[in-house]
Amino acid sequence: MEMTATVLNILSSGIFHASILFLVAAGLQLVFGVQKIFNLACGSFYALGAYLGITMVDAFLARGGSPLLCLFPLLIAGLILGVLGPLVERGFLRFVYQRDESFQLLLTFALMLMFEDVIRFFWGTYPRSPKGVYLAFGTIHIGGAAIPVYNLLVIGASLVIASLMGFMLRKTRFGRIIRATASNPEMVQALGVRSSTVFVKVFTLGTVLGTVGGALVVPTTAAVSEMAVHLIVLAFAVVVIGGLGSMKGAFVGALLVGLLKSLSMAIYPELEMMLIYLIVIGVLVFRPQGLVGGQP
Amino acid sequence: MTAVPGRKELVQGASLPRRNWRVAILLGAFLLAGAIWPLVGRDYQVYLTLSFFSYSVALLGLNLLFNYTGLLSFGHALFLGVGGYTAAFLTYKYSLMSMELILAVTLILSGVMALAVGFVCVRYIKIYFAMLTLAFGMLLHSFLMKTYDLTGGDEGMHVLQPKLLGFEFGTMDKMTFFCGPYYYYSLVIFLIALTLMWRIVHSHFGICLQAIRDNPDKAEYLGISIRSYRLRAFVISGCFAGVGGALMAPATGHVDPAFVFWTHSGDMVFMVLLGGFSNFFGPMLGSLVFIFLRDIVASATEYWRFIFGAILAVMVIMAPEGLMGMVMSGWHRLRSLTIKGRSP
Repeated sequence: MEMTATVLNILSSGIFHASILFLVAAGLQLVFGVQKIFNLACGSFYALGAYLGITMVDAFLARGGSPLLCLFPLLIAGLILGVLGPLVERGFLRFVYQRDESFQLLLTFALMLMFEDVIRFFWGTYPRSPKGVYLAFGTIHIGGAAIPVYNLLVIGASLVIASLMGFMLRKTRFGRIIRATASNPEMVQALGVRSSTVFVKVFTLGTVLGTVGGALVVPTTAAVSEMAVHLIVLAFAVVVIGGLGSMKGAFVGALLVGLLKSLSMAIYPELEMMLIYLIVIGVLVFRPQGLVGGQP
Repeated sequence: MTAVPGRKELVQGASLPRRNWRVAILLGAFLLAGAIWPLVGRDYQVYLTLSFFSYSVALLGLNLLFNYTGLLSFGHALFLGVGGYTAAFLTYKYSLMSMELILAVTLILSGVMALAVGFVCVRYIKIYFAMLTLAFGMLLHSFLMKTYDLTGGDEGMHVLQPKLLGFEFGTMDKMTFFCGPYYYYSLVIFLIALTLMWRIVHSHFGICLQAIRDNPDKAEYLGISIRSYRLRAFVISGCFAGVGGALMAPATGHVDPAFVFWTHSGDMVFMVLLGGFSNFFGPMLGSLVFIFLRDIVASATEYWRFIFGAILAVMVIMAPEGLMGMVMSGWHRLRSLTIKGRSP
């Protein structure tokens, strides 16, 4: 009984981490697949989502909203921040598409520095968390393990988003254009698709995935100003393990990193991040295309 | 086989510098300016110059990879950490105060570390190289965070005041020590590193690196073993960064895992780009401007990161050649103007 409870706890918290990581990593993969830019600022989008999520939830609760409906203000916070997508893409990234990767990486590093202070300016440096949302959902007991309902909701939401993304990429016209642009942008342009529009849309989608991920995580943990730089290395691990630019890779990588994280936290906490980096290095050395393979 | 020219003949004379006297003058000017500076500058500014020296030594190494070899390392804070923690372990744990010993141990450790890390990393280029170095840097970071008993975990370790050339300065108060003996010690190390790196990049070896960067296939046809050259560059680069870290640690008096966090590596790359990576002296200008500008901006506003991020973004988009690039193009324009004015 004890054993199953522990296993269930590890599984549930691991999959919860994984579903948040998947959202951010999916945004990272989408942008890397199409624009070939490794966006270090995606951690900042995640942090911004978290902070605006708190603000929206607080406003929602102050107007008498039920804590059980908090998923809506959180999602709205994520969607609102989508406006950053076109701003960042048109204002900064479009100037460096033809440049060396090092400069693209540095530009997103610059954006990350800027967003860090934007967060400090609006929300200060103290950790923040929305009051009482997490507990309001309560827990359910399965096999002796107490699993927070909110975690299950987030896992569900993430799965819905994942399948919507999969449907969009495979079955819709826009998805086909995205995949075509990822593999051969010149050809797509020659066929009469305006690539700048595709880039704006893709980057905005990537941004929203990050901000929604941040918004959804915030009821479970406090938002702190370092969350961006800490998340980006995790998201980095996810995409490297899964394979750069691959959606399936984001899914597999997130699941692996999430589960490993909760497993090592439960068994041997000293190992936590070291194990993940060792796996990252192992994958880069033995399978640079990632576990799932290179196709985006 | 005798008809095939050796590697040396193929590259020699290509662009080896003949104007060494210019560099000698420049070096002399640096030495003079550096020697006078503590006498005229305020203590605090002189103290800041210490981090300029140590970052510059590290950036010399980073730019050997970035500019001369064409590899962007996003994990070079790893070697800063090796130097910094070496200083901490020797002075704080083992009471071995000799700065020369610290530097020697740092050279060995960072060399070995760079050999191991480089062996894995130099098989890759571009973004994969950047990601691998980042992963190794973060591996050390998480190791330092978790080994609380050994390294003090996230609280880090103290670094005590070292002996310089066997002399003990214990009676001196901290600021006098840093603005006096330690300052001149760092200056000399910095100038040695500068001269050494100048010779490396202008040697046969350095020119081979640039050939590999510009056209790896052709370089290989000429008989240059790409991987071994990249690995050697990586090891040299790591040693320079290690020494930079070892110089930095006594001045801050403290090292913690933030020292090897990936954003610190990012700051280093920032400095290189700010000054201009394609010029030998660019990274040094970059660290000078970065350190003093950050001090000025941070005392004016708490949002210095925003301003620095904006500067970096503008530099990347509009002036990828950095400050040195601007200075040089201004200089050339001025020269062409004066020559035009004279000619008719």
